[in-house]
Amino acid sequence: VKILVSCKRVPNPEQKLKLSAGRVDLSSASWQVNPFDEYAVETALRLTEKGKGGERSGEVVLVSIGPKEVAQPMRGLLAMGADRALLVAGDDASLDPDQVARVLRALVTAEKPDLVVMGKQSVDGDSNQVGQLLAGYLGWPQATFLASIVVAEDGKSATVTREVDAGVEEKRVPLPAVVTVDLRIIASKAVRNAALAGPDVEWEENQRYASLKGIMAAKKKEIREVAPASLGASLAPMVKTINQEAPPGRKAGVKVASVEELVSKLRTEAKVL
Amino acid sequence: MGAVAVLIETTDSGVRSTSRPAVTAARQLAQHHGGPVVALVLGDAAAAADAARYMDRVWSYAAPALRAPLAETWAPVLASAVKKLGASALVASATSTGKDVLPRAAALLEAGMASDITAVKGPKTFRRPTFAGNALTDVEVLTPVVLASVRQTEFAAAAPAPAPGSVETQDAGAVDPLGAELVALHATKTVRPELTEAAVVVSGGRGMKSGENFKLLEELTDLLGGALGASRAAADAGMVPNDLQVGQTGKVVAPKLYIAVAISGAIQHLAGMKGSKVIVAINKDAEAPIFQVADYGLVATWETAIPALISEIKKIRGG
Repeated sequence: VKILVSCKRVPNPEQKLKLSAGRVDLSSASWQVNPFDEYAVETALRLTEKGKGGERSGEVVLVSIGPKEVAQPMRGLLAMGADRALLVAGDDASLDPDQVARVLRALVTAEKPDLVVMGKQSVDGDSNQVGQLLAGYLGWPQATFLASIVVAEDGKSATVTREVDAGVEEKRVPLPAVVTVDLRIIASKAVRNAALAGPDVEWEENQRYASLKGIMAAKKKEIREVAPASLGASLAPMVKTINQEAPPGRKAGVKVASVEELVSKLRTEAKVL
Repeated sequence: MGAVAVLIETTDSGVRSTSRPAVTAARQLAQHHGGPVVALVLGDAAAAADAARYMDRVWSYAAPALRAPLAETWAPVLASAVKKLGASALVASATSTGKDVLPRAAALLEAGMASDITAVKGPKTFRRPTFAGNALTDVEVLTPVVLASVRQTEFAAAAPAPAPGSVETQDAGAVDPLGAELVALHATKTVRPELTEAAVVVSGGRGMKSGENFKLLEELTDLLGGALGASRAAADAGMVPNDLQVGQTGKVVAPKLYIAVAISGAIQHLAGMKGSKVIVAINKDAEAPIFQVADYGLVATWETAIPALISEIKKIRGG
């Protein structure tokens, strides 16, 4: 199985966000890989692992769009075990979801993967669009917000569970398809390629860290730079940012000393009980 | 500019309540676009009739093959409805279905989309939270047709109109799921109100330690007639189903009263509940960030505070 995984960097969500002149100021941000994209890489790796003799089969190709500095976090994902990477030059902070989807469409057309695995959303733009847009552009089936995925033994379909508002939905899609992953996908038995791994096979809980061996191996792996112009895609933006501002803060509250005081205040002051 | 189409989701009893805020957003948008608001109901003729209680015009695509909310079949129907109506906007609530289907329709229409909008600012401009709600971003959609998913908590639920509207039956043509199949929906069984609509939400965090301990929170929740929620850490640890997750990557809630129990207050959790009217935090760690957004903070363990809270509330209610 050949799998394409999209990844992007995001500013560290724990850092206080700076805003100036109507824009988010990321000049002093520290960067990390979008958490859901790390889960996507973990998912893709598991789908190529634990064959009968413990062997690996298939290929995991990473794709990112961004400036040259993005090569460094990509190298980290290659150290987790991905096979190679494509890096499309671009200003990742200003691209809209549609532009990203059109770049990915061009790369999918060139690479012809069996499956595209993506994070369900990036934790900076919070748009939750790119996977669905890409599937729509390709005319491929889609499965978003995955809690689990099993690729069938014949490699022709995947059965997934999806996190939906009402609970969990089970869906089957033929391959090739686009899937996006939610947080439970990194549970120990959430991912399996039935052509390789039996139903009892387990992985370590959570996404893996790069081993020293992985880090050494990643130094020799290819990160191919792709010029956007070579993709033949129209990349005109569809959504433009006009202004950004900090949300109004909440007024500081009070500490109460006891449950009795809390209930009394909720009743007489806040009037919500 | 033209009509504003709004996707109405359905349940066995008619319009799904989570779609009603989208109707309100569609009406606001229609004031800028000048055209009528048209509800699109897929695969459910009975619910289409119910939708006419809220809307002047309902387009019902009644084909039974559209009953299951599959993005593969719904997106082309939405796209063709927009074209046939000559609509200049399409909106839906940012439910799991709306989030799944709407961007796919955007691709088919080659139209720009704003996700999870909290305000309509013009015919093509919207406000939406980004960076876990730490930046409010105003965006302009640059394409002739604009799409937007609507944050339910930021728009009032549309009320029924004085007189019911008309239902027009539309033919969806051939429905092709592209081989995709909805096998089953394992719904979380609950008699509680929808998390996104409840007047009271009681949420537990990692500090609850186990799913078993959530039973105590359920007792408090039911006493208050509220909905049960959880932090990502608690959902992640498997203490509760993920559909209870409140936060940036879960559900966004804005109840009258939000009670956060044993939740530290990670940025991504705050993103999902900061809009609540009154926030109560109960945490044994006095330094927990949740106290910075709480109107009322109680430094205590849940083991002591929650049973006391339950009995105190029962007491004031004379029960």
